[in-house]
Amino acid sequence: MARDGGVSCLRMSEMMNVGGIESAPLDLDEVHVLAVDDSLVDRIVIERLLRITSCKVTAVDSGWRALEFLGLDNEKASAEFDRLKVDLIITDYCMPGMTGYELLKKIKESSNFREVPVVIMSSENVLTRIDRCLEEGAQDFLLKPVKLADVKRLRNHLTKDVKLSNGNKRKLPDDSDSVNSSLPPPSPPLTISPESSPPLTISTESSDSSPQLSPVEMFSTSPLSTPIDDDDVLTTSPESSPEDSPIRRQKMRSPGLD
Amino acid sequence: MNTTVVAQLQRQFQDYIVSLYQQGFLDNQFSELRKLQDEGTPDFVAEVVSLFFDDCSKLINTMSASLERPDNVDFKQVDSGVHQLKGSSSSVGAQRVKNVCISFKECCHVQNREGCLRCLQQVDYEYKMLKTKLQDLFNLEQQILQAGGTIPQVDIN
Repeated sequence: MARDGGVSCLRMSEMMNVGGIESAPLDLDEVHVLAVDDSLVDRIVIERLLRITSCKVTAVDSGWRALEFLGLDNEKASAEFDRLKVDLIITDYCMPGMTGYELLKKIKESSNFREVPVVIMSSENVLTRIDRCLEEGAQDFLLKPVKLADVKRLRNHLTKDVKLSNGNKRKLPDDSDSVNSSLPPPSPPLTISPESSPPLTISTESSDSSPQLSPVEMFSTSPLSTPIDDDDVLTTSPESSPEDSPIRRQKMRSPGLD
Repeated sequence: MNTTVVAQLQRQFQDYIVSLYQQGFLDNQFSELRKLQDEGTPDFVAEVVSLFFDDCSKLINTMSASLERPDNVDFKQVDSGVHQLKGSSSSVGAQRVKNVCISFKECCHVQNREGCLRCLQQVDYEYKMLKTKLQDLFNLEQQILQAGGTIPQVDIN
């Protein structure tokens, strides 16, 4: 794997000996963040900032890879839905190829991910830029260098909304080994179809603060975990997620991301 | 554990890191990075700065090549390199390097090749200087740990 390429989370694990982190007790409020930054140093830092605030992180080095990860890069992608839910996307603004702003637009244009909060990071405090991003639907704008307090703030914001929503699990149609979490929510029905596996987009009434945040889905951080069976899922609420939920990320691994 | 030795080393460490902040080698962002380090990731800061120094070396080489021929300077490419360097130096708290980048960017904008070359030289000097300083700092950390002590938290404010 090229050092600068693709998903950096694996490399970071190798580099950092994150054995301690990987085997840490499952945080029941764990969120999955997709971080996008063309700078390796910044990717490592943001990844660490997020992990330290109990987020699972997938870090990619470009807008294209982000779209690829989300399955938005081509129409065919929706046919093979096995995608990990993403609770937050945090992206650098200034990137070669596709800027963070362009990525933001593409995300907001997609039916599957428009509800996912997108945070823009930039080293430049340009008001017009900030306004443009917020107008396009960005949740927040962070000035680089990003600090722990910034990420904690984001994290708290996410958790608060997550706790207020119902814990509806997402159905993964291709997930024959793992749970098909088809627990229907009491309030607005989840539109999960076999062709698409959207992130949990519980509508506004489940959360009275931000309508745009999707509820948290828990997954184990251990790659050795075994899939849970259907019974577990149907009786599980978000507050008691089984420790051994499948690592859906593993299924997501495609050579293209490396 | 020899508590006197540990205390001395800790004092040395503290004085040294404070001096690095005071002399402007490091800024607050470096202390932010230190917050992200713990027993599970004791080498986090060392590894991040190591990546940063690799970045410096690589970018300096690229920019040097772009600036080489007086009649054919690709200022856009140089500017792109400076932008990256400025970003990563800012992210690790390498203040002096970052400051040179600010001047460097200016030289690019006005297409001042001589100015760019001077900045390039300066950035090279600064990152290497910082590398040495931080190596000394990390060595002190190691000595403290080996002597059975803990690394002091340092408040730079």
